[in-house]
Amino acid sequence: MNTLDSKIPEGPLAQKWTNYKANQRLVNPANKRKLDVIVVGTGLAGASAAASLGAMGFNVDIFCISDSPRRAHSIAAQGGINAAKNYQNDGDSVGRLFYDTIKGGDYRAREANVYRLAEVSNNIIDQCVAQGVPFAREYSGLLDNRSFGGAQVSRTFYARGQTGQQLLLGAYGALSHQIARGTVKLHERHEMLDLVLVDGKARGIIARDLTNGQIKRFAAHAVVLATGGYGNIYFLSTNAMNSNGSAEWCCHKKGAYFANPCFVQIHPTCIPVHGDYQSKLTLMSESLRNDGRIWVPKKKEDVEALRKGTLKPTDIKEEDRDYYLERRYPAFGNLVPRDVASRAAKERCDAGYGVNNTGLAVFLDFSTAIKRLGRDVIEARYGNLFQMYEKITAVNPYETPMMIYPAIHYTMGGIWVDYELQTSIPGLFAAGEANFSDHGANRLGASALMQGLADGYFVLPYTLQNYLADEIYNDRVSPNTPEFEKAESEVRQRIDRLMSIKGTKTVDHFHKKLGNIMWDYVGMGRNAEGLQKGLTLINELEQEFWKDVQVIGTADSMNPELEKAIRLADYFELAKLMAKDAYHRNESCGGHFREEYQTEDGETLRNDNDYMYVAAWEYQGHNQDEILHKEPLVYQDIEIKQRNYK
Amino acid sequence: MNFTLKIWRQENAKAKGRFETYKVENISSDCSFLEMLDILNESLISNKIAHPVCFDNDCREGICGMCGLYINGRPHGNDDGVTTCQLHMRKFKDGETIWIEPWRAKAFPVIRDLVVDRTAYDKIIQAGGYVSVSTGGVPDANSILIAKDKADKAMDAAECIGCGACVAACKNASAMLFVSAKVSHLALLPQGKVEAANRVQKMVEKMDELGFGNCTNTYACEAECPKLIKRSNIARLNREWICARVGKEK
Repeated sequence: MNTLDSKIPEGPLAQKWTNYKANQRLVNPANKRKLDVIVVGTGLAGASAAASLGAMGFNVDIFCISDSPRRAHSIAAQGGINAAKNYQNDGDSVGRLFYDTIKGGDYRAREANVYRLAEVSNNIIDQCVAQGVPFAREYSGLLDNRSFGGAQVSRTFYARGQTGQQLLLGAYGALSHQIARGTVKLHERHEMLDLVLVDGKARGIIARDLTNGQIKRFAAHAVVLATGGYGNIYFLSTNAMNSNGSAEWCCHKKGAYFANPCFVQIHPTCIPVHGDYQSKLTLMSESLRNDGRIWVPKKKEDVEALRKGTLKPTDIKEEDRDYYLERRYPAFGNLVPRDVASRAAKERCDAGYGVNNTGLAVFLDFSTAIKRLGRDVIEARYGNLFQMYEKITAVNPYETPMMIYPAIHYTMGGIWVDYELQTSIPGLFAAGEANFSDHGANRLGASALMQGLADGYFVLPYTLQNYLADEIYNDRVSPNTPEFEKAESEVRQRIDRLMSIKGTKTVDHFHKKLGNIMWDYVGMGRNAEGLQKGLTLINELEQEFWKDVQVIGTADSMNPELEKAIRLADYFELAKLMAKDAYHRNESCGGHFREEYQTEDGETLRNDNDYMYVAAWEYQGHNQDEILHKEPLVYQDIEIKQRNYK
Repeated sequence: MNFTLKIWRQENAKAKGRFETYKVENISSDCSFLEMLDILNESLISNKIAHPVCFDNDCREGICGMCGLYINGRPHGNDDGVTTCQLHMRKFKDGETIWIEPWRAKAFPVIRDLVVDRTAYDKIIQAGGYVSVSTGGVPDANSILIAKDKADKAMDAAECIGCGACVAACKNASAMLFVSAKVSHLALLPQGKVEAANRVQKMVEKMDELGFGNCTNTYACEAECPKLIKRSNIARLNREWICARVGKEK
């Protein structure tokens, strides 16, 4: 039985969103005041959704796990945000942005959603400028652009190397405005631990106050999940420490399908791992690939000398350097999409050309650009990134090339949503990285910010209103019903169970082990045998966790160890689903690289006949096989090709 | 590297705090300060010595503003232009004793150990630190021209991460640098000009109401700001405020 209805509107691709808006139902102002919406997460998607819904007149409760909405991890996005403005007159258009995004996602994204994303991209830039986001300007006073991977046009708007920060502060400002008006109520340092369903509809959440451990109930007519991705499952990733997948997972357990969980993005330009005490990896923006050239030595003896420290990278002559991206992909060069660049780095390092002690690093070199443009220009463009690199590594990248290596960065997979961003649970919506819809099997750079804000500012205000139009006949939802009581008591039991194990090993001990298993078997390169082995190892580790983890302290106080334990318990289940999804998808596409399925050149080899679908998984209980639902992907307006960046 | 740590421990807002002494050994010089605290916490748990030390942190790449420790008497420690998470142990001497405290300010009460409540900052922003624009109905982005130097200056101010180091550094626990950064960012741009007079008065009023102190021009805030926000913003804040007051009386 296929229960997936993606609710794509009728009509030609370019008319679908217009048609939808023309036919959607509205709620009048007097009724809006009687309708409550919960938004979980205050990143770009959550903050923009809450601000927009509040401005429309709905009552919004918004939740964040940090002390302020401004901490959300959207803030760390560096490079920029895409839009099809074509201000550069270089041939860009809505159609081109749509095409690049579908192709970049290796033909595994839903066409109608992506087209809408490209369509509203221009409104986002207008909105952000109106909020006072200080985008980079040309001397004329007009907006400046730069290029990003997977595109041959300059469509990326940026605010130095802190675009995510400035966009988030814009959304945070809009949110603060609504908080001041009283339409939005902020609950900081609260973590969602369960979703409450009443008569099959999402009607509220159970949250834990992280300052004192209080378990609280919150009721509403609809719930928006905007809690980001689950990249931290790998322990080491570019995600913030508190980013986690538990809100998504508790919704999944309550009936929200999880789509394409194995589609994970590995970002090519991160600072390499240097020690086992390391807590996270730091991204160096993709924008650096505009001017930086990636290389390894051509000769093995130079590699040896570099590792021993007898040779400096600057000593290696031009003709002895292998600019492997420029060599393999002359058309896109250093600006190939992230998955392609990551695999190419892995290929060189696996072949023994890695340039640091661990053998897992390549150079990102700015000497050519500094010669061409001068140090001042490079400093103006990337100064803060260079400073960050120097602070972490104690190496000056103006003089010595940066060392970089791929790292886990983003999860394209997420909660399955239809065209309205509604999940398989009525009344539960998912936005931003938490949903699966727009990036297929690989996200292009500068598109995460675009999607988060598109969902929050320009999609949910319409689609959520369409849903709420029916809710005007329902009174305020009460949190004092048996459904809320049951959900709260289950949360308490789960916490009690974790607290009562009193084992011998710390939560991080288990998380690091899980991370290693995931990186080794469900990471950049996967194969059937490895995935089976990974599954066994995850199962064993999960059992050990539930016997031997030590969660110190009490549940009724601020207790970061307990927070981590709750999240890790969910990660074990999610890890298994990721491995199963990767195992079932017998093809390579985007970030999902199955070693059995590759072209002679080592590129991804898709199987469009058998796998051109979204894999949406339905939870069946702990350690029960999940049920797979397939949403076929139909491309009306695009010719499907093997991706080629040569 | 080995270190002796003197860390402020406090069970909750009402409890009496105290310094506790811990030792950490074999720390790599490439380790970040927070990773060093991770190692301490792992050993506190494994050896059942004490509850792990609570400290705020999130992105660990110097942008979210969540972390902030008062280290050897300096907010974010002994390195310029970095947050605590970007401070590395190579900046310390082997065998050194390191004193670690939370931000100390009336407006930032301690929640537990090194974690403080900075919601006062959000309240100041809610008082007017934004352009009052709702979603939709805005002009084309390029219809608002902004001179590059103005945009750059606005960006310099907008880089503030709201960590609270300026308040912690100030003997008066003044939030002037924080407030002035937002006031400047928006006052420098045409989009923010319309509400500038109202904004500056509302934000300053809220800042006073929440218990932050006054500015007495010592500029400790500028010296310790991890994002190198300049004190000239405070001058701009004062100018904006005076102009707003004068305008009001007219």
